[in-house]
Amino acid sequence: MPGKLKAKIVAGRHLPVMDRASDLTDAFVEVKFGNTTFKTDVYPKSLNPQWNSEWFKFEVDDEDLQDEPLQITVLDHDTYSANDAIGKVYIDIDPLLSSEAATVISGWFPIYDTIHGIRGEINVLVKVDLFNDLNRFRQSSCGVKFFCTTSIPRCYRAALVHGFVEELVVNEDPEYQWIDRIRTPRASNEARQRLISLMSGELQRKIGLKVLEMGGNAVVGYLQCFDLEGESGLVVRAIGTACTLDKLIPGSASNTNTHPNTAPASNACNSPSKEIKEPVFSEDPTHPLSVPPTPLRTLPSSSSPPPFSPSKLCSRQSSSSDTDLSLTPKMGMGSGISVGKEAGPLKTLLRQQAQSALEQREFPFFTLTCFPPGFLVHIGGVVSARSVKLLDRIHNPALGNTRSYKLLDWNSVAADEPETRDAWWEEIRQEIKSHAKALGCHAVVGYSESTTIWYITHTILRPTSISSEEVCILSASGTAAMLNPRFMREGCLDAGGSDQRLSRQPPLGMVGSERAEGEVSSSWLGFDDASPPSCGFCHIPYDEFNMPFPAQLTYCYHCRRQKVPDVLFTTIDLPAEAAVTGKGCLIQARLCRTKKKAQGEVNATAISNLLPFMEYELHTQLMNKLKLRCMNALFGLRIQISVGENMLLGLASATGVYLSALPAPGGIQIAGKTPSDLSYDQHISTMQKRINDTIAMNKELYNIHPPECIEEVVGSPIPDRQRSRLFRSTSESSDELSELDLSHGKKDAFVLEIDDTDAVEDIQSLLTDAPMPAGFYSCNTEVMPGIYNWTSGLQMFTSVRVYRLNNANLTNQGLNKIFTDLCENLLKSLYFKLRSMIPCCLCHLNFTVAVPEEELIQVAVTAVAMSFDKETQLAADKALNKGSGENEEQLQFSMELCGESTSSNNQPTAKPSGLPESAMTHSSSRASSSERCSPLPEVRSRSLRSTRSLPCGAPVTVVKMTPLSFLPRTRIVKYLGIINMFFIRETTSLREEGGVSGFLHSFIAEVFAMVRAHVAALGGNAVVSYSMKECVFMENPNKNQAQCLINVSGDAVIFVRESDQEAIPPLITCGQTSTTGADGTT
Amino acid sequence: MSVELDVFVVNTTIMDEEVYQLWLDGYTGLGHNINQLTHIDILDTVIHQSYESCYLSAPSSVNDAVKVRMEGGVLEGCEASAEVLHSDTMDQYRTFQMCERLLHSPVKLANQLLFQIPPHRQVMLIERYYAFDSVFVREVLGKKLSKGTKKDLDDVSAKTGVTLKSCRRQFDNFKRVFKVVEELKGPLVENIRQHFLLSDKLARDYAAIVFFANNRFETGKKKLHYLTFQDFAFCAGQLISNWTVGALDNMVEDMDVDLEKEFLQDLKELKILITDRDLLDQHKSLVCTALRGKTKAFNEMEANFKNLSRGLVNIAAKLTNTKEVRDFFIDLVEKFIEPCRSDKWTAGDMRLYLTHYTNSAHVLDTFKHQVVWDRYMGVIKSCILKMYHD
Repeated sequence: MPGKLKAKIVAGRHLPVMDRASDLTDAFVEVKFGNTTFKTDVYPKSLNPQWNSEWFKFEVDDEDLQDEPLQITVLDHDTYSANDAIGKVYIDIDPLLSSEAATVISGWFPIYDTIHGIRGEINVLVKVDLFNDLNRFRQSSCGVKFFCTTSIPRCYRAALVHGFVEELVVNEDPEYQWIDRIRTPRASNEARQRLISLMSGELQRKIGLKVLEMGGNAVVGYLQCFDLEGESGLVVRAIGTACTLDKLIPGSASNTNTHPNTAPASNACNSPSKEIKEPVFSEDPTHPLSVPPTPLRTLPSSSSPPPFSPSKLCSRQSSSSDTDLSLTPKMGMGSGISVGKEAGPLKTLLRQQAQSALEQREFPFFTLTCFPPGFLVHIGGVVSARSVKLLDRIHNPALGNTRSYKLLDWNSVAADEPETRDAWWEEIRQEIKSHAKALGCHAVVGYSESTTIWYITHTILRPTSISSEEVCILSASGTAAMLNPRFMREGCLDAGGSDQRLSRQPPLGMVGSERAEGEVSSSWLGFDDASPPSCGFCHIPYDEFNMPFPAQLTYCYHCRRQKVPDVLFTTIDLPAEAAVTGKGCLIQARLCRTKKKAQGEVNATAISNLLPFMEYELHTQLMNKLKLRCMNALFGLRIQISVGENMLLGLASATGVYLSALPAPGGIQIAGKTPSDLSYDQHISTMQKRINDTIAMNKELYNIHPPECIEEVVGSPIPDRQRSRLFRSTSESSDELSELDLSHGKKDAFVLEIDDTDAVEDIQSLLTDAPMPAGFYSCNTEVMPGIYNWTSGLQMFTSVRVYRLNNANLTNQGLNKIFTDLCENLLKSLYFKLRSMIPCCLCHLNFTVAVPEEELIQVAVTAVAMSFDKETQLAADKALNKGSGENEEQLQFSMELCGESTSSNNQPTAKPSGLPESAMTHSSSRASSSERCSPLPEVRSRSLRSTRSLPCGAPVTVVKMTPLSFLPRTRIVKYLGIINMFFIRETTSLREEGGVSGFLHSFIAEVFAMVRAHVAALGGNAVVSYSMKECVFMENPNKNQAQCLINVSGDAVIFVRESDQEAIPPLITCGQTSTTGADGTT
Repeated sequence: MSVELDVFVVNTTIMDEEVYQLWLDGYTGLGHNINQLTHIDILDTVIHQSYESCYLSAPSSVNDAVKVRMEGGVLEGCEASAEVLHSDTMDQYRTFQMCERLLHSPVKLANQLLFQIPPHRQVMLIERYYAFDSVFVREVLGKKLSKGTKKDLDDVSAKTGVTLKSCRRQFDNFKRVFKVVEELKGPLVENIRQHFLLSDKLARDYAAIVFFANNRFETGKKKLHYLTFQDFAFCAGQLISNWTVGALDNMVEDMDVDLEKEFLQDLKELKILITDRDLLDQHKSLVCTALRGKTKAFNEMEANFKNLSRGLVNIAAKLTNTKEVRDFFIDLVEKFIEPCRSDKWTAGDMRLYLTHYTNSAHVLDTFKHQVVWDRYMGVIKSCILKMYHD
């Protein structure tokens, strides 16, 4: 069905001088959509032309509306020679296709040129008249809403969560076409930008279709990525979570999920879908390590590391796959939970009888990281899978016209074309699923996928030929979980009675075991009232007699009824209802491993051999650092492994917290092997002291004062592992060590053995993590646990650094040190630059590392600094401490036992006994220093806002940007659509543009500007869930050239300030501008 | 290990005022790394090229700004190293560099899209960018804002201690403002305020600079050295608001950079005050009567009356000649201020004398040019009073 797209070119301003003789420009505009082009008149001799054109009308299919961007080209008219292009604007009109998003696009857009950057601005008006679409067999999916936000968007309610949707399209990269040898860099860049815009439009449309098939109306947690695979092509892929969202009427409470009474029945085993599932499941590769025959040289991608699970101590590659095997049958029969989500769309399935849809449900994955209360029942732990692939040319037909590129659809994968990216991803997803099953979970939440590609000839800009010997690591990770299937079944939210139909069949195996414990029976599934929401998700989902990995279980410290593990790792955000002690902090594990230079299969093999070790070491580091901070859980875990020519980089970031429900972490103990040596002993004891001091200091820093409780190590099937041990991967002396009794009080302790130099290095690196400066907190999740009173002051930033390793012959240790320093220095630099925000928290601090060429390491980070109110924070801390203390059933008991610690609970600022002196001076210097070192007091003292208005027309709308899904002290009233932009910038005058830093600095600033302009044109005043998903930088200083590709995405929104809060005007004058923005759309 | 690339970009651009000042003062922390960015637009290219050479010439001072900041104690309380400080300085310098083009036409700064700068920060950026050193402006005041003058800036820099970079910025600011308002109609100060978004005070100062440059008033003579820029700015304000075309009618076609020709012609008529012997005597007696007993310097006043009066009226009569206009201030000093000073008049004496000197002329029967006289003496009086100090 057609729609009518209308565009009007109003005016331009600040245009560049194109005619040197007159210092003026004769500008006109071409407006292109699909194959139709309109032109405005030439506006002679002006840098601020007023075209005020007619409405250009395009009558097009809505399919095209979704795929194509509106392309606006500003040119300088030249009578004698060819017209010079000034620049272009691409406008994604998708937001206009949904009735609930924007209705008009109107505003100033920066005119962008891939060689010169922003060159002036153009004012454009765009509207769409869409005719009602009644076609059943339509190819478009207009109206499906997309959200980058990985939680249910703030002004919606999730009626239904359908599940995982994915899609991928492949094309030849224009940069590597033969024609690129003869065309200008500008033409090549523009071809690429346009192609990617087209591909992402198409991808979005296809995903939308899948969502409609499933009966949903929105995709939440939409994650789109580009894989620039060089000559092998260009892959655009996306994953997301299909949902049915209902718009909330402002004011009405959003109690989407309080049906505790209907809940118990809802975990039905839903046998029908199980039938569907069983056969599929049996097709699982019996050994994850063996990969289906690969005609196209896929490696036996050994890279299926074990489930990255809590307390996994010595599990190896093989052990994980064994576990999978042994657990699979059990889970199928015993838990039967895994199929909860298939029940919902069952009707849809039957209706459509489409094999494809069925296969899709194959993956009970959710890209969400934040859930409505009650959705998440239990968390098993992190599951991840990696696979190393050799890239080969994607078999594509030649690019004739724009629509000829071939879509390698999931469903259309023919038997004769097995080696597609789809197949690769399916393999990975299957692996993830089996890992989740091993953890007794039926779903994976916080799921994400990523790739790392390494090109051999990366350093040369515009290579005329590129070797196809490219290696690609596909990674996927998520958190195994059990979900409340209520959210996945139609109608049950509104009519709880329908749940009764499918009465729950008790999972036999489980019930038996639980009864034997004489405890908690019904609460196994966590749906009943008995399991408090603040700890329910911590309870183990797996069978404690058949634990997938050795772990130490205790009864939950919160409800005392269920078992909890001693440590919990997850990729999701901390659930809002979770009970947390103290504050959290960013924990990073960094690792560098050398690799021999190699090519092709040899290279891929080398990489895949290294991967499991890297994962193991990263895990070890994380665990140590977690203990050092006296915390017991990680959220938002993100592990990235990058490949370089001669090294591998691993970076794991997560936010550590102390979950009140989990046992207190033990300290870290150092054990030496030769106790006879006196000096050696002394060395060890100083080390031990330093560690103990650090732990004590961290406790104070993060305000962690857990109530002391008696250890209750409940009957764990693993024989009395009072002490978990941490071994180096090289250490093989586990038997011998287990005889060492290292008990230190009643606390569990991690033992670090310093029998080899590696371990010494480890400890050193543990202790060299510089503490955060006073007034700063940091996390990589949405918000910092333990901080509640945000002010509206926030500052989003992007920082990119490239380091050159000058010394080529480095050892692993040397590299590690360099890499660690590099990350630490970047953090330090951030703290310094943002010192005017103190007290503040750096949220969503996710690093992206890459090895763009030999001896280069690139680190990029986009995060937000949010300031909070120190006074009320202190009060809140106190109240919280007091509160949690009073709620604690064991209060009296602990008071008797250790009055000291309780007293320090209530007065977090008081000096606790035994605290090292250094910590005290540290905290006491805080207040003064925070006042002193803020040269930009305006950031917070908003009263300074100048009343002097600038007499120059309409002010530019202030657009806030944040990687988080919300803006503190505001309410999002409308989502205007997804922002998904891809830009290329290139220069042949690198030195003149200020070198690489100057070049990238202005490019990033330009990208920000273009994002803001698009949001403002949609009528919005903020971008939430903003992320820079790609930043590929290449330089060739000898040729004075550089090129950079950036891909960003986010959700354009309108927010209003919370009026009922204390009136603190936001940082900038967003008041009046935001209302004007809103007026434009309503 | 070396840092090859290091950038930090924020959504809401907030500059550190201290670093901004260092940058403005010409602490070139960037060495050869940064040249002018040429992509935002190509305006003012000529001016930029000279900046460029400036940056290239100062690679040795890479760490000047960093050093100053460290000495300023910015690192106190922060666990940061010089490295961190260097990176921060570079980031900010780059931002300033990119903003500089916008600062050249401040109206653009408000509606450009590249940097999201809170309005009050925009005001600060502009105000500081256009601020100038009074020692520097004193050197170029009244000089032609030409390439020739610009070439001599290194001498000015050496003399004043203001860095060459800063000198050039200030000089270019003068020139830019001059060029823009030269073509505009309407009141000078208001034009400057609107086109450069400056505060009233700064706009008035620029009006003075433009006015002086346009009329090429001589200010560099040794006898004028004791006068500050503010003295001249005040006088310029007086001249602009009383002696230009715009002074009488704001909406008049012409602008008020030039003195009103007709008025200057009329001033010739005042000569009668000194050429007509009766009138001169009458005037003298009227003034002396009024002053008698009111000041200690009465005797000197009486003795010098004719000389002083001749001096002032001759200045008026010569103003039709452009060359003489240039000497307006030097004449005032030589013909009037110096004799009075050598007679040790106090400021009060001066005021008293000028008041009566002006008013007495009204009583003269045969003197018909009262309006022109008032218009002339009003300005002369306030200028002399301002200039009469050590």
